[in-house]
Amino acid sequence: MIAKLAWRNIWFKPLNTLLSIILLSSSVAIITVLILLQKQFEEKFSSNIDGVDLVLGAQGSPMQLILSSVYHIDNPTGNISYDSAKVWMNHPFIEKAIPLAFGDNYRGFKIVGTNSDYLDKYKAKISKGKLFDKNFEVVVGSEVAQKLKLKIGDTFHGTHGDAKEGEVHEHIDYKITGIASPTGSVIDNLILSNIPSVWQMHGNHEDENPAHGEEGHVHKEDEHEHHEDDITLNEPNMEITAVLLKFRNKMGIVMWPRIIAQNTKMQAASPAIEVNRIFSLFGIGLKALEYLAYAIMLISGISIFIALYNRLKERKYEFALMRINGASRFQLLSLILIESLILCFVGFLFGTIFGRFALGFISNSAEDDFKMAFNPMEIVWEKESILLIATLVVGIIAALIPAIKAYQLNISKTLANA
Amino acid sequence: MLQTKNVTFFYNKETQFTFPELKCNASDVLLITGNSGKGKTTLLHLLAGLLRPKNGEISIENTNISSLSEKKLDQFRGKNIGLILQQSHFIASMSVLENVVLASWLATGKKAILKAEKLLAELDLENQKHKLPSQLSIGQQQRVSIARALINEPKLLLADEPTSSLDDENAFKVADLLEKLSKEYKAALVIVTHDSRLKNKFTNQINLN
Repeated sequence: MIAKLAWRNIWFKPLNTLLSIILLSSSVAIITVLILLQKQFEEKFSSNIDGVDLVLGAQGSPMQLILSSVYHIDNPTGNISYDSAKVWMNHPFIEKAIPLAFGDNYRGFKIVGTNSDYLDKYKAKISKGKLFDKNFEVVVGSEVAQKLKLKIGDTFHGTHGDAKEGEVHEHIDYKITGIASPTGSVIDNLILSNIPSVWQMHGNHEDENPAHGEEGHVHKEDEHEHHEDDITLNEPNMEITAVLLKFRNKMGIVMWPRIIAQNTKMQAASPAIEVNRIFSLFGIGLKALEYLAYAIMLISGISIFIALYNRLKERKYEFALMRINGASRFQLLSLILIESLILCFVGFLFGTIFGRFALGFISNSAEDDFKMAFNPMEIVWEKESILLIATLVVGIIAALIPAIKAYQLNISKTLANA
Repeated sequence: MLQTKNVTFFYNKETQFTFPELKCNASDVLLITGNSGKGKTTLLHLLAGLLRPKNGEISIENTNISSLSEKKLDQFRGKNIGLILQQSHFIASMSVLENVVLASWLATGKKAILKAEKLLAELDLENQKHKLPSQLSIGQQQRVSIARALINEPKLLLADEPTSSLDDENAFKVADLLEKLSKEYKAALVIVTHDSRLKNKFTNQINLN
């Protein structure tokens, strides 16, 4: 009955209530988005570097190397000689070395020359068809297949470079032989071929296309050697973009970056270190938003306080009356507390829902721009229950002074002055 | 029934009250009259247990209410004392019927919905029961507060200037209803007033002047 009365009182002044709920839910929504975004962002970034201890690539910014070769969201730092990379790839310290060669894209999706180890690293299976075998056979990631409505047996022309609008390689067709299973990692948005495909695509018409001199795109160094047959991995003097290294001997992770920098024209960058740098940069923005959300929550607490306090003046006769009818002081106290708690709970509920809608929007645009999707339906129990408790604490604090005033109400004085 | 003995009260040194002995049996009506500032409302609040006397004894149904703890007094008041005030106050967000039912729930923990409907019908308010109190006329509001005061069948019914804001027709209607209902529910009825219309109607009077 007290709860029912509290509910009625809340809706008796709908505008006050609306204001408090809007303020509360916006702060809860912002914090919910931050909680989900931070968790899923870190998960996404961390899961992609599982099993990659170091990345071998051309000299330049280590972060750029990691972003381009692990996450595929930046341009490559340049090319490295496959022959000199092989020396390190075959080193006894190494458990697994996955070579990557970038060259073309198809409608914005990168075509990456690699081998089957790359699929294994992301635990991707071939859900339909078979793995690429001959040159120009490709396996497409699940997202690519779905978005571009590709099926096995389809053929397409690659576009040179990263941009959709680049020059089209019309002389050779890629042929789809397989579609990879969804993994939730970068591989879903890639088209995979063997490495010689990339070399051959860019080898034959090198002279006609001076644009191929730009960094980051693999092509043949040696122009006078023309092949009628398909190029194989054994071709000398070729270039690749990067190598993902997994160590058998963990000593190498510490030693190699310096050794490689001193002795070769390459660099070895640690994804773990670079990802931590990204998180700490990203974290500053998140922190600022978090403070903003707390500020809004404080304001909503104050607005609830003012609403309850102002209503107290109008309602003191109501309270006196309830006391006359046998209500205890404690019942009045709990009436006001319940009113405030209902407000806060409703605000929290709307906030978590609005926050998830907002994350849905963010996810859509992030998917277009960075090929990174977030799941708005995930519930981060621990942090969200802390948020609920914090919201309710705001409600209790806001109601405290009005509730105590109602508790201490002098009935006789109130009625005598009526 | 109600009985007081040697009741005194003071807010401060200037305003001190010594009240005459009061006695009112079940179904009887006692009118307390007096000019402003003579402590009429103070006496009513003392009888209702809203104020505690500095000296003396107030007993209702053989219970000395000044010896009860705050919590016990709240319960006792809810069950045994019905209060009708000069200005009717209501829970603004609840309907007429819900206001009356709330009074029964606060006092007994049970919702006497049927009884509330019967009382409202008796007070000619059947068609108003789902309206908000603010939508009623002053006379109708006064009758709702009578229904609310009677819902728990109190032993003592206290009315503070119940007719002063009403026109003649409504004033007599309310006075008749109070007399009739207090007999029906066997409650002692104490009316505090300076309304001369009531002085002519009820003969059992005590003047505080």
